[in-house]
Amino acid sequence: MSKGRYGEFGGQYISETLMNELIQLEEQYEYYKKDAEFQRELKQLLNEYAGRPSLLYYAGKMTEELGGAKIYLKREDLNHTGSHKINNVLGQVLLAKKMGKTRVIAETGAGQHGVATATAAALLGMECEVFMGKEDTDRQALNVYRMELLGAKVHAVTTGTQTLKDAVNATMREWSNRVSDTHYVLGSVMGPHPFPMIVRDFQSVISQEARQQILEAEGKLPSAVLACVGGGSNAMGMFYHFIEDENVRLIGCEAAGRGIDTDQHAATMAKGTLGVFHGMKSYFCQDAYGQIAPVYSISAGLDYPGIGPEHAYLRDSGRAEYEPVTDDEAVEAFEYLARTEGIICAIESAHAVAHARKIAPKMGKDENIIICLSGRGDKDVAAIARYKGVDIHE
Amino acid sequence: MSKIADAFAKGKAFIAFLTAGDPSGEKTAEYILAMEEAGADLVEIGIPFSDPTAEGVVIQEANIRALNGKMTTDGVFDIVKAVREKSQIPLVFMTYLNPVFHYGYEAFFRKCETLGVDGIIIPDLPYEEKEEMSDIAEKHGVDIISMIAPTSRQRIQTIAKDAKGFLYVVSSMGVTGVRNNIETDIVSMISSIREVTDTPAAVGFGISTPKQAGAMAEVSDGAIVGSAIVKIIETYGDDAAEDLKTYVTEMKNAVHSC
Repeated sequence: MSKGRYGEFGGQYISETLMNELIQLEEQYEYYKKDAEFQRELKQLLNEYAGRPSLLYYAGKMTEELGGAKIYLKREDLNHTGSHKINNVLGQVLLAKKMGKTRVIAETGAGQHGVATATAAALLGMECEVFMGKEDTDRQALNVYRMELLGAKVHAVTTGTQTLKDAVNATMREWSNRVSDTHYVLGSVMGPHPFPMIVRDFQSVISQEARQQILEAEGKLPSAVLACVGGGSNAMGMFYHFIEDENVRLIGCEAAGRGIDTDQHAATMAKGTLGVFHGMKSYFCQDAYGQIAPVYSISAGLDYPGIGPEHAYLRDSGRAEYEPVTDDEAVEAFEYLARTEGIICAIESAHAVAHARKIAPKMGKDENIIICLSGRGDKDVAAIARYKGVDIHE
Repeated sequence: MSKIADAFAKGKAFIAFLTAGDPSGEKTAEYILAMEEAGADLVEIGIPFSDPTAEGVVIQEANIRALNGKMTTDGVFDIVKAVREKSQIPLVFMTYLNPVFHYGYEAFFRKCETLGVDGIIIPDLPYEEKEEMSDIAEKHGVDIISMIAPTSRQRIQTIAKDAKGFLYVVSSMGVTGVRNNIETDIVSMISSIREVTDTPAAVGFGISTPKQAGAMAEVSDGAIVGSAIVKIIETYGDDAAEDLKTYVTEMKNAVHSC
């Protein structure tokens, strides 16, 4: 069996054209991971540019209102560019630069990863091109303009369902076309090895900080940590340093769209089956012949038919749980957090907030939980208004 | 000797690709026979996949047309069955791993054996992942055709040593599709292959003209053409047979005269 396995999941199911590049990437990553100078530069970027460490905020009003476990929010929404995506991107673009690359390409769904990649490319002096489904460029027009402001070229992908999966297809095709000077900054814990490992490592700073912060605040570990899951990068980052702490429940919240009993959802764990796609063996929403299914979520960032292989492993080994959350529940949580705590979070993150609202009241007041607030919600305000039937003009 | 070897036994081989179910299953069977009649030595049948990441626009769209026409893996087996009633031309499948994985490797390769499919090309199954299915495919006498790319370098000989059927030498970076120029040093790739194996090596990606096909066959054991054929089918739909025959005749003449 090939490298990069999490149980039976993962692997390197990718075209021969890209194999040497992946081998090279893994070698270079292993080298720089142990390189003190690289780690110093990355830490400096994370702390002085992205604004880390991010706050662990005690949501007192929400705690009081729900009447159960103490609720803490890990504020990745306060990072520069407004989401956790910057953690991975700074690592990968710095690595690409060390590898002698001069150009980075990336896929993006909601636009958060594209904006983060364009930002890091601007800062580190790299050429940048971003591939985004046509439907998403319409839903998230502001982020397209942001990327262009940052000097990136944005390609609207018009093939297939014109969403995140097709953006990944287009970026893979472009990478196989031009690999010698180009690094593909994959945005989630997915794709062929070594990407799931690299992205997890760069995102694990979330739980590394959160574990220390909660011990300082509460003197004990949380009963549960929660994060939304599309491909699964903020969830993997939030889970990673708690995996060994067996009493900490790890809960991923996936997009149930209009409900898992409809055909309009992106609930890979609830409804998906084992398959091989986008370079990895994992769970996917697909039909009986293995054709990848069109998926749906109000959140462009969770609108993906697969999930990272390490999540598949954590679920099947019983270590992590995954819960579907509908559009309606997420929108309600989005509004709830705004009114209760004065925080407008990303609609992606609102999926985790929604599930926390269900479980916190049933827990003891001596317990605490952490929700990863993966991003801020400015980008979603217009879409939520539309969802609620409110007519606003930007 | 497997039927794939027959394709290369008479000299250089002209290998034709089409997507199953574009425009329909019946037409795919008819076009395979038409291309055989015009002189194709081996036919690659594409099992359509929703997300063909190694394909350029022409074949991507053929996949979408086929799936919109409700073509399935079982439907593709029906096409093979219809062809095999009239022809013994070497046939190989070309698809992505997920449709095969979903069908179940044992069931899939058993069916290939029963119906007479001689090999399979899977672009997202590199050398490192081959053991995923190699034992089962071998048990049923189906060759897994390996690909060698312009970036393969030191991997060329590792892959070539284990090659079955024929080697698919990818002429260019990127995805399938017509190209004006092929800049890769095919000669040195082929000589590297020749140092370790006698398995035939055919060149594909980007070939559309008789001149290109001749030039590629000159330095290898054959030329593979996909997008240019699919484009003819896209243009003429249900009435593509005569144009396909004319095109294949021209191309195989260029290849066979090498």
